[in-house]
Amino acid sequence: MLEIALSHRFGDFALDVDLHLPPGLTVLFGRSGSGKSSVIKAVAGLLRPDKGRIVLQDRVLGDTDRNIWLPPHKRGLGVIFQEGRLFPHLTVRQNLLYGQRRGGTGELSDVVDMLGIGDLIHRRPAGLSGGEQQRVAIGRALLANPGVILADEPLAALDEARKGDILPYFEMLRDRDIPILYVTHSPAEVARLATQVVVLDEGRVLRQGTARDVLGDPALVPAGIRGVGAVLEARVARHHDDGLTELDASGVPLFLPRVSSSVGDVVRIRIAAQEVILSRSRPEGLSALNILPGHVDSIRSGDGPGALVALRTPAGRVLARVTQRSAQALGLAEGVSCHAVVKTVAIAPEDIGRG
Amino acid sequence: MSWLGPQEWAAVALSLKVSFWAMLSSLPFGMLCAYALARWRFPGRQVLNGLVHLPLILPPVVTGYLLLMTFSPRAPVGQLLDTIGLPLAFRWTGAALAAAIMGFPLMVRAMRLSIEAVDPKLEEAAATLGASRAGVFCTITLPLILPGVLTGAILAFAKAMGEFGATITFVSNIPGQTQTLPSAIYAFLQVPGGESSALRLVVVSVVVAMTALMLSEWVSRKIAARVGA
Repeated sequence: MLEIALSHRFGDFALDVDLHLPPGLTVLFGRSGSGKSSVIKAVAGLLRPDKGRIVLQDRVLGDTDRNIWLPPHKRGLGVIFQEGRLFPHLTVRQNLLYGQRRGGTGELSDVVDMLGIGDLIHRRPAGLSGGEQQRVAIGRALLANPGVILADEPLAALDEARKGDILPYFEMLRDRDIPILYVTHSPAEVARLATQVVVLDEGRVLRQGTARDVLGDPALVPAGIRGVGAVLEARVARHHDDGLTELDASGVPLFLPRVSSSVGDVVRIRIAAQEVILSRSRPEGLSALNILPGHVDSIRSGDGPGALVALRTPAGRVLARVTQRSAQALGLAEGVSCHAVVKTVAIAPEDIGRG
Repeated sequence: MSWLGPQEWAAVALSLKVSFWAMLSSLPFGMLCAYALARWRFPGRQVLNGLVHLPLILPPVVTGYLLLMTFSPRAPVGQLLDTIGLPLAFRWTGAALAAAIMGFPLMVRAMRLSIEAVDPKLEEAAATLGASRAGVFCTITLPLILPGVLTGAILAFAKAMGEFGATITFVSNIPGQTQTLPSAIYAFLQVPGGESSALRLVVVSVVVAMTALMLSEWVSRKIAARVGA
């Protein structure tokens, strides 16, 4: 349990949040400049707000009313920064042990095995790739045996392929029951990792809830309209020989490129609204494999030519981004029955996560 | 060094001693000033910056005269130092002080540049891993600025070896007492037949200066390679 109450002004930007976070991985989600990183800095002790109170389990890390504001080194946190921030003059091994020697209790070999960095241990950070550096940074934070891990856009500096390499490690941390506060502006990372999402906008909490509720809400577009996409949960039904995996989403079959999860596992998939096609009748003779029947829940028109249509399907809520012209031509209105069509290959691998 | 006469040898030895102590004693102050100028924002920062650089632009004779006014046995500060057994005027200790002050701007500049090159984000990261401020300085900042510290120290040493104006004004030119290498060269040039002695000391000067420079280059390269910078 982590309580964060902050209010702080920088120039004409005001940060004002009051959060009670349950265990698990909480994503702070919002566009750049929404105040996410300032929250992380305040929790880490790197920023002292005008007014604030931070309590981790029963430990008061800061309470400006009582004039308590612990310095970073007395907080017992693990911070993973966007740029890795490995110490250039130390080897990977010395970097990993830096926090452990100062009060951590983690076992070096455990962490090295988990992150697959055994071959790097005697090298220096300058010789590592971005992805390798970030894995070492995760290990270094973990070995400090933190009460909570703070991750400030840890994947933002990596290319798409490397992001896919690092994401599973955050899933592992989540499964190790270490509370994590994770900052990102990427809906894919929210969909994949979050047990809970806090949407920040201009320094305020816009919404707090599960990834499914928040990303499926057509009224929330914190990462811009291109980032909109609902999250479905589905069970892996079988792996087919042609490289596809069949999922069962409450009775609706969905086909994805092969996923690594085993049959019976629950996975989360994020379906980007702009990859969804709508059809009034069940389409025939179409190459797309995934057809979700449902009813229109709401239609939200933006300023431009687009509209965001929310469908209720047996698998859960699906969002589709279509033009207002198409919505009219199809006669879409609340309660009208409609099919959502999604190409298998339009579901990106980074949008598929373990439940 | 049998080719050096006793007076020449005394000048070389004194210069090495003066320069060594000038460098060593100004090192902690130089580090503090460089750190303050690079990192802290405080009222009077520009004044401190000006004071540090003053010896670089002031005529050395003026610096020497100011030192004499402050530390002569008749001035209050000089009397105080006399009573605690550290007289400066007309002693080799005074020569070391003059040399330290003259080399101070060079030392601070080199260190300040290297401190400014250290990313404060690394220090933040170290703090989140449990290192106290002193711990961060010793394990992160200091190793990363070591090349700059060494460069600064060696520059200050080389400057001290060559200091003349402030030294001769403050502590005069007493053979065996305060006659440093440049003062000795000057003295030899004032007497007929002193040219050969002066020339030998010139050779020593050049060799010491070149050695210091090459040593500093070599050490910096070694350290830079080690920290991967």
